Amino acid sequence: MHLILFFIFAALCLAGAVNLLLQTHPINSALSLIVVMTSLAVLYLLLGAEFLAAAQVIVYAGAVMVLFTFVIMLLNAGREERTLGSRAARVVGFPAVAAFLALLATVLLKAHGLGRAAMQEGVTSTDDLSAVLFTKLLLPFEVTSVLILIAILGAVALTRHGDGERSASK
Amino acid sequence: MTMLQFFLWSLLKVAVVTVVLLVGVAYTVLLERKLVGRIQNRWGPSRVGPFGLLQPLVDGAKSFLKEDIIPTAVYRPLYLLAPIIALGCALISIAVVPFGDPRVGRNGFHLFQISDVNIGLLVILGITSIGVYGVALAGWSSNNKYSLLGSLRSSAQLISYELALGLSLVGVVMRAGSLNLRIIVESQSSEGLLTWNIFGGLQFIAFFIYLMAAYAETNRSPFDLPEAESELTAGYHTEYSSMKFAMFFMAEYANMITVGCVATLLFLGGWTSPFGNLIPLPDNIVIQALLPIFWFVLKVFSFLFLYVWVRGTLPRFRYDQLMNYGWRYLLPLAILNIVGTSLWLAYK
Repeated sequence: MHLILFFIFAALCLAGAVNLLLQTHPINSALSLIVVMTSLAVLYLLLGAEFLAAAQVIVYAGAVMVLFTFVIMLLNAGREERTLGSRAARVVGFPAVAAFLALLATVLLKAHGLGRAAMQEGVTSTDDLSAVLFTKLLLPFEVTSVLILIAILGAVALTRHGDGERSASK
Repeated sequence: MTMLQFFLWSLLKVAVVTVVLLVGVAYTVLLERKLVGRIQNRWGPSRVGPFGLLQPLVDGAKSFLKEDIIPTAVYRPLYLLAPIIALGCALISIAVVPFGDPRVGRNGFHLFQISDVNIGLLVILGITSIGVYGVALAGWSSNNKYSLLGSLRSSAQLISYELALGLSLVGVVMRAGSLNLRIIVESQSSEGLLTWNIFGGLQFIAFFIYLMAAYAETNRSPFDLPEAESELTAGYHTEYSSMKFAMFFMAEYANMITVGCVATLLFLGGWTSPFGNLIPLPDNIVIQALLPIFWFVLKVFSFLFLYVWVRGTLPRFRYDQLMNYGWRYLLPLAILNIVGTSLWLAYK
């Protein structure tokens, strides 16, 4: 059962990713990306990571991609022209990508000390997840939150630029 | 219970719940028309059937029979997909709502809940956040400026208020120590009214934030700017007619019901009786099974009543007011509520 679901959603995920590249209209590409992200959420679920799956849907498919489509709609971006690609990209690019992927795969397969994830019936409860997150991984967690705070402050600073008079007159 | 039995029972539950939900949607529309009518000192629908009770049926038949117009300039695939997303997401989220006593059923099979998920609350939030695409794509694919403005407004509004909505629920989740809707209800069931999260749990600020955010999330008055008819004709569904329009309409009311269910589960004690154990349950097993459903439906109904009441009373906000209110008042208030609740829990 798990294996069948895995193949279905893995195929859906890859199909979405390929479609993302092939579509000429930005909004279709954005929608394909949503398909990719939701299928990834299902794969997480098959691995027993239910909280991660829900977070993936809420944050990526729900919030980030809504902003993507929002911007595309706001700019009313039109169809992109399809070019055949440069010759250099074909000659150098494809072998380079293949080599890079091979390298990455070798390193990952040879790496030691990585945990195992397997398709399973049971789920990792939110309790367990938060216990790990707030004890073993506390430092990365807090550093990430500071990073996000900096990003928020940066966004506020950028949008406030030159807006001083208008907000003062309100 | 074998796999096949489980499958068939689940199918039956899904069918029954969907039918009940759709009937609920139809009669919520009637409730709204009747109530707003009385608020404005008129009768509301009264011609079809006794007290106009058959009005939803005729309305449904009318939507089916009307000509389905698809304008030539629309972007067809997304134009056709949008109402399906909207209605689908609105109907799916009811699947994790427990609407009766979970003890009814056997072998871990709950009769009054389609699926008991550990992260039920997050599932509802996730599905609602996907539902935004229905509105966004409808407006964009219609190729109409009013539709586009409506869906832009709606996307921005939903993203903004989803934050306040999600944060307002954190206090409740912290008190229950779980995201499972059944456990959240059981955590507030011991003394009836006094242990409901809204009263005994001291989550009334969270409830207020949730209420406001829920109005915005479901595009209801006073935050119904995405479909403000005086400025945007009908907003994102201007170009939709016949059954496709009806699907958006049904999605809106189904969302109202879901939001009411969540409010009931999280703040109003779910299916438990407001009197706690003061009134002993009769021995009859049928009454024991049905009484919780009665309380649940009553609570959701009063929430819907409040919805309509607010619509009949308050004027529409301006768009900048809406954004200010969400970001500068509700969001900080929600964060303060989380801090306060966690301090209180730590003190206890």
